[in-house]
Parts: sequence; structure tokens; C-alpha cells
Amino acid sequence: MSQGISTAIKKLDHQFKTDGSIEYIADLKFDGMLYVKTLRSIKQRAFIKNINLPPIPEGYDVIDHNDIPGKNILKVIVDDNPILAKDQVNYIGEPILLVVGPKLDKVLEILEQINVIYEERAPILTIEKAEDGEVDPIYKNDNCFASYQYIKGDIQKAFNEANEIIEETFETGYQEHAYIEPQGMIGFYDEDKVTVYGSLQCPYYVKDALVQAFDCKEDKVRVVQATTGGAFGGKEDYPSLLACHAALAAYKTKKPVKLLLDRKEDMEVTTKRHPAQLVYKTALDKEGHITGMAVNIKLNGGAYAGLSSVVMQRSLICATGVYNIPNLKVEGKALATNTVPTGAFRGFGAPQSFFALEMHMEHIAKQLGMAPVDFKKQHMVTMGDKTSTNGSFRDPVLLPKMIEEVEKMSQYSQKYKAYQMQSSNKKKGIGMSVFLHGCGFTGSGERDHIKATVKLKKYFNGIVEILVSNVDMGQGLQTTLNKIVSTTLNIPIDKVIFSNPDTDRVPNSGPTVASRSLMIVGKLLERASIKLKETWIEGQKQEMTEHYQHPELIPWDEKNFQGDAYPTYSWGINVVEVAVSTLTGEIDLVGVWSVFDVGNAIDERIIRGQIEGGILQGIGYGSMEFMESQNGMIQQKSITDYIIPTAKDVVPIESKLIKNPYQDGPFGAKGAGELTLIGGAPALVTAIENAIGQSIHKTPVTPEHALEVLSNG
Amino acid sequence: MDKMIPLKINGNTKKIMVHPSKRLIDVLRDDLGLMGVKEGCGEGECGACAVLIEGKLINSCLVAVESIKNAEIYTIEGYKMTKRYAMLDECFASAGAVQCGFCTPGMILAAEALLSSNAMPTESEVRDAISGNLCRCTGYNMIVEAILMASRKGGYLW
Ligand code: FES
Ligand code: FES
Repeated sequence: MSQGISTAIKKLDHQFKTDGSIEYIADLKFDGMLYVKTLRSIKQRAFIKNINLPPIPEGYDVIDHNDIPGKNILKVIVDDNPILAKDQVNYIGEPILLVVGPKLDKVLEILEQINVIYEERAPILTIEKAEDGEVDPIYKNDNCFASYQYIKGDIQKAFNEANEIIEETFETGYQEHAYIEPQGMIGFYDEDKVTVYGSLQCPYYVKDALVQAFDCKEDKVRVVQATTGGAFGGKEDYPSLLACHAALAAYKTKKPVKLLLDRKEDMEVTTKRHPAQLVYKTALDKEGHITGMAVNIKLNGGAYAGLSSVVMQRSLICATGVYNIPNLKVEGKALATNTVPTGAFRGFGAPQSFFALEMHMEHIAKQLGMAPVDFKKQHMVTMGDKTSTNGSFRDPVLLPKMIEEVEKMSQYSQKYKAYQMQSSNKKKGIGMSVFLHGCGFTGSGERDHIKATVKLKKYFNGIVEILVSNVDMGQGLQTTLNKIVSTTLNIPIDKVIFSNPDTDRVPNSGPTVASRSLMIVGKLLERASIKLKETWIEGQKQEMTEHYQHPELIPWDEKNFQGDAYPTYSWGINVVEVAVSTLTGEIDLVGVWSVFDVGNAIDERIIRGQIEGGILQGIGYGSMEFMESQNGMIQQKSITDYIIPTAKDVVPIESKLIKNPYQDGPFGAKGAGELTLIGGAPALVTAIENAIGQSIHKTPVTPEHALEVLSNG
Repeated sequence: MDKMIPLKINGNTKKIMVHPSKRLIDVLRDDLGLMGVKEGCGEGECGACAVLIEGKLINSCLVAVESIKNAEIYTIEGYKMTKRYAMLDECFASAGAVQCGFCTPGMILAAEALLSSNAMPTESEVRDAISGNLCRCTGYNMIVEAILMASRKGGYLW
């Protein structure tokens, strides 16, 4: 094992990004290329009675559901989302038809002249409405995309024998990915073959969606990733829909067709983080120790199921975070509403649970008159303990050491005490979150669904090419995977190449999600490299393929949520210090400290980049990133209205990595990308509480909300 | 009606036939093929489309092309020929300031606009100077470090 792998190197894709010559989807042009735009529903829920089209000029075309050669259903998990609406719409922004042609202005003009006659139906706009059954359900007969429940130990007994029971309700809002590059796709149709280029995370998801939409053979569809300007989960599922649209337009016109979302459209119609309502009820014994917890989580899934079921699963599995709770009942529902569909976002259901849980732990500690950190320490899991789902924490848990480190860095405990008594208008506060992230897909997903395959191709000249379907969307994969391969093969890094994946060339190594790319795919590449090294013949072409092998775990029972939900976990602690103005409710960051266990870093600087970006997204989630849907319409449709942090909203972040190599990760590495976002909001909001001395149950804590808490407290 | 508009871009003078109210970003990208200018929001909020006009950082999505005729315009394509770029490029690399890269050309030009008027900025001046450029990947600190590093190592260039 090379010790040097963690040492940072210059990113291999640095040059062409910095000088502006790398091509994102909007930068690509093709001869005879047309432009396509989407006509979208302006009603929350309605039947489409009629569509009146203006005369369509020569060279322009309209595409509707009748033009779909295959199934008019977007392939995700559940078959409920039409590619183009047929006779009804379920949210504002739902695509109804497409207009395509050589001039974008003209396309937009035609769109304006189209008149859709709707027959409106009573919409379901909130989680409450989705549940109460007063209005016709959107999805099946209970409006429920997914509902799960699991238990551990004897929860009834824990509550019966409890000395005290504490119950709280929490609420979390939408979060918008706000990648700086809006989504886009270019479709082609040549000799019966559909090709799309796009800004995307999961080439094979897009491919599967196209195969279903065109009802064609696998080899008739090709998906190529264009350099992707940020994604964060936002380009996990949504690009499949855009790809179908771009490809349909290309199919009808037999020309290349570009589909770009502008910022407003992107913010209105693409997926967001699920808003959630979370109820935590905790039983305590005489010593103030937690004996049981009942957790109920409801997610707003929007109009179509998408990935809601899987987001829900992760939310539920994370419900007890890093704590060892012997008796447990966890249940949750993802509900259908006539609002924009919600989907994947860095953390994937975990940020909602961790926000509620960490706040709840803090509140219980305060009621018991204990320092929150001591209370948390009392309950933290150690190696060998059971997970929430009766799996096992099988690797060393270094939380005590990590807390010790973060205390040294931040003086958390001292400050926490000192900040409890302040009388000025500007109050300081400090907060801490402790969290984990399960690496890779839930349960046996890697073994049963993904079945990742990777390939290495060695050319005559000794150049080795990485062939995987995972993408670099800014997280550094085009450097870290190359490092793994070149270090293992012991060849210079410039002898290893890794281009944007093209499904005609790369095997399916799975999607770029779930903090799996480095740990799972990187490990496969490490293994392929070892084999290639052992059989290396100078001056000869060689190929090495490697398939996923599942580690020995407690089998995952998805129905009952029992067993090892993840092969291993990465861990983090965030401490955030703030100053809150009691006059304006404004919250200023004062300091941020963090300690992470991501196994072994493949490149310390790249991990630092993940840490800094992730924490700031988490802090944004906890403070300024406010988005709401009113009457089924997203209100924040621009980055003027939806505020994300700028360089002035952040302070230097001090971070530290604790080494804890994982045997099934390449060079000991574990997943890192998602972990870094999870702790931001709870650390920030507990800091605000420490400053103002009031309890908070909602995120984001905008200045308005802070003032509200201050005046009602 | 289209008009012949003289533009000074990246050190060259060009005349182009365009509608005078066409957005500068579209002229740069569609008419001149300068794709280093990115569109992130189209409304002056993200800074991905920033260019230098007479040395000032301006969001090209907000500018009608006619209003800047005869002004000196620099995009990343022209700026990358300079020693100052080379210095910034090196410092961005060693600070790890580039992730998805979509904001990067705008950030580099923001750094130039700052350093050319203040070669030794403080950290908070750097934060001010790039506060009109959004980056969703890096959390900004590594970019701030890169710019401070460039000023420390290569301040003489500005
Ligand atoms: S595209 Fe011009 S500022 Fe965002
Ligand atoms: S590096 Fe992705 S937006 Fe800045």
C-alpha cells in the first residue's frame, strides 16, 4: 500500500477548466442543430381537454406523447411518470409537448401561441392534504409512494417503563441544488440509433430510460456525459427526462437537437430536496439514559414517485444517527402532492433526519441539565454495536477521538458554557453535530441491482484507460481514480487516461451517487490494476475486467429493514460558531471546525474541497436557503430569490482527517462526498440556539425565522 | 435591425453585424465562439459570464452589445495568454480551487479585476471582490486562498 496516495496532486482536469476551453453541454454545437423547448403545465392538477396549436411554420415541429415510439413512462423505479403528459397534468411545470426548430426565438414564440384547455381538479398541495383522504389521491389509493416501518428491541416496554418521555416535531424545507451549470442535453438520431450528450451523473440510468421510451435494443442507444458543471444529486434522475425529450425531438426531425434549461426553468421544474416533517419521541430512564425512540418521518415527494422510496429508506435508516438506541420504532411515508417532484440531493434523506435527531438530542440534554456533548457521548455507538437495523458497526468507530480533536480545535465546550449568559444585541453561540454516512447503496443494492463492472484497457504504448460509467461532476473523480490505477500499477499518472463516459465504450459500473464511486468503483479498479500488473506484457494490448463482489454482511431484509444497511460508514463532526443579531435576526458565521473519518484520503486536497463545499451547502440548508411552494408553484425561481452562500458568507474552515482505513475500499478509502453536507445544518442551528437561548425546530433558520423564535420564546 | 458594431476583443478589433441590443454574452458565444464565457443564470447574479470591460469585471449577460462598442473587452480566451493568468492558474491549481470548473473562468477574471487595482488585497477584500461570482462546489475558501497566493507570489505582475 502506497503511503503517498493521500498527498495532493494537481487535478488532471484542472487546465482546461481554468482556461475555459473544456466544453460543457451548452458549448457544444453541431451542424444543422435545432433547438427544443418544452410546453409545461400551468395548472397544479388538471385534465387536458384540448390543445390549440397555431400554424406551425416550415422547419418547425411539435412533439407530443403520440410521437413516443416506446412506452410513455419515464424509467426510474416506479412506472408513474409520463415523459409527455397525455390527458392530465399533476404539477406546475409538467411537460406536455415540445416545440423544435432552427431558431430559438421562433420556438419560444410558437410556445407562447399554444393554448391548452384544462379542466382543473382539486389539487393536493401539502403533506396533510395528501394524508387526509379528502381529495382524490394522485398515486394509488393512499397517495403513498412508499411507506416503511421497522422495529428493534421492545419499544412498548421502553415507553411503558420510561421515567420521562420527550416528544418533538421538526420541519425541514426544500433545498435547491443550484449547480452553477443549468441542465442540458443534446439528442441525435442517426441510422436508427439514438445518441444523447448531456450534463448528467448516471449514464446508464439515462440509457435505460431511452431504451424504454424508444422500445429499442440496448445497442440502439448511446449516452455520453458532457463535462458537468456541478450536480449534487440534481443530475441523477432528472436528466433522464430531458434526454427522452431531446432524443424524441431528434428522432422526429432527424437532426441534432439541443435542449437547455435556463435558470428559471431549471429552478421551477427540476427536482429538489424533499421537505420533511419529523416526529421524535424518546423514552428516558431514571438516570436520564435513552431507552427507546419512536420516529415518524414524512417526506413530500411531489407529483411523481421518482427516487422517493429510496430517499425515504435512507432517511429512516439514519433516524438514530450515531447513537445506540436499544429499542426503536421507525416509520415513514413519502407522499404524493401536486407539486414539483423531489429527488436526490447530496445526503439523500439523511440531512433531514440528522437535523431533527441532532436538535432533539440537544434539547433532551438541556432538559436533563446536561452538556449536549456529554449526553451525546453517553449514547454514541462503538465498534461491535448494533446499527438501527440490527446490522453491525464492524469497523473501528473513532468518534471519541474525533470529539477530542474538534474540542481542541474549536474550544467548543468552554465557549458553549460561556455563551449561555449574554446580554448584548449580538449574541455568540456554538454548536456541534455528530454524524455518519452509510457508504454505497442501501443493503444489497450493489449486489442485486447495480452489479458494477469496470474495465481497464492497456494499449500498445503502455497507456492504460479507465473504462467506467462514473462521472466527474467536480468531485475530482478524474484525478482520484487515475491515482488509484497509476499507484497500483506503479506507472506515471500521465500514462492513465479517463475520459467522460460513453455507454458505447464503458461497461456499467453504476451511477455516480451514494458516495460509491470512489469506494466501490475505485476498489474494483484497484483490483483490476493488481491483476493487470501481475499479467503485464510490455508492448501488448491487454484488457482487464472486474466485477463487484459483495462483502460478508448480515443479509439485508428490505421488507423489514433488518440487517446491514451499508457495508461501512464514514463519520464526521462539525462545530459551528455564530453571532446572531437579536435586532435583525441576522446570523453571521464566526468559525467552522470539522473532523472527518473517510478511511484514507485518496487526495487530501480533493477531500478538503469536498469538505468545504459540503459544509457550506449544509450551512446554507440550515440558514439562508429558503424555498417554498405556494399553490403548487415554486416561489424562488432565480438565484436572486433563492439565496445561496457567497464568498462573504463563509469563514475559513478548519478541518482534520482521522485515518481509519477500510479494508474493502481502495487504499483504505471510504465514501466522502455526501457525508460532508450532513452536519452543517444541525451544527449551525444548535449554535444559534446556544446564542439566543431558545429552541428551534425548523430549518432553514432565516433571519425572519430567528426573529420569530426570539419573539415567541 | 442588425447593425455593424466595432468591438475590441482580446486585443483584436472586430466588426460584427448584430442587433444592437443583443446580449454581449450571446455575441461572445454565438458570434465569436468564445465559449469560456458561461451562462449560469442570465440575470446578473452568478458571475459565470463575467468578462473584463476596460479592466472592470462585468456580467456580460446584462450588457447590450452596442453599449460597449470600442471598449476594451477581455474574456478568458484572451486573458489566458498573459503571465498574470499563468500565475493565477498555478495558484488555483495548488489551492485546489477548481472543482466542476463552471465558475472558474469568471473567478479568474474577478481575481484579475481585483489584483489589477489592488495587488496586495486582504482576505476580506478578496471575499468582497469575488462575492458577485457564485461557486456551488468549493465553498470559496480555496479560491480565496488561491487569489491571496497569487498576490503573494506574483504581486509584482500586477
Ligand atoms: S450568467 Fe451572467 S451573471 Fe449569471
Ligand atoms: S467549481 Fe463548480 S461552481 Fe465553482
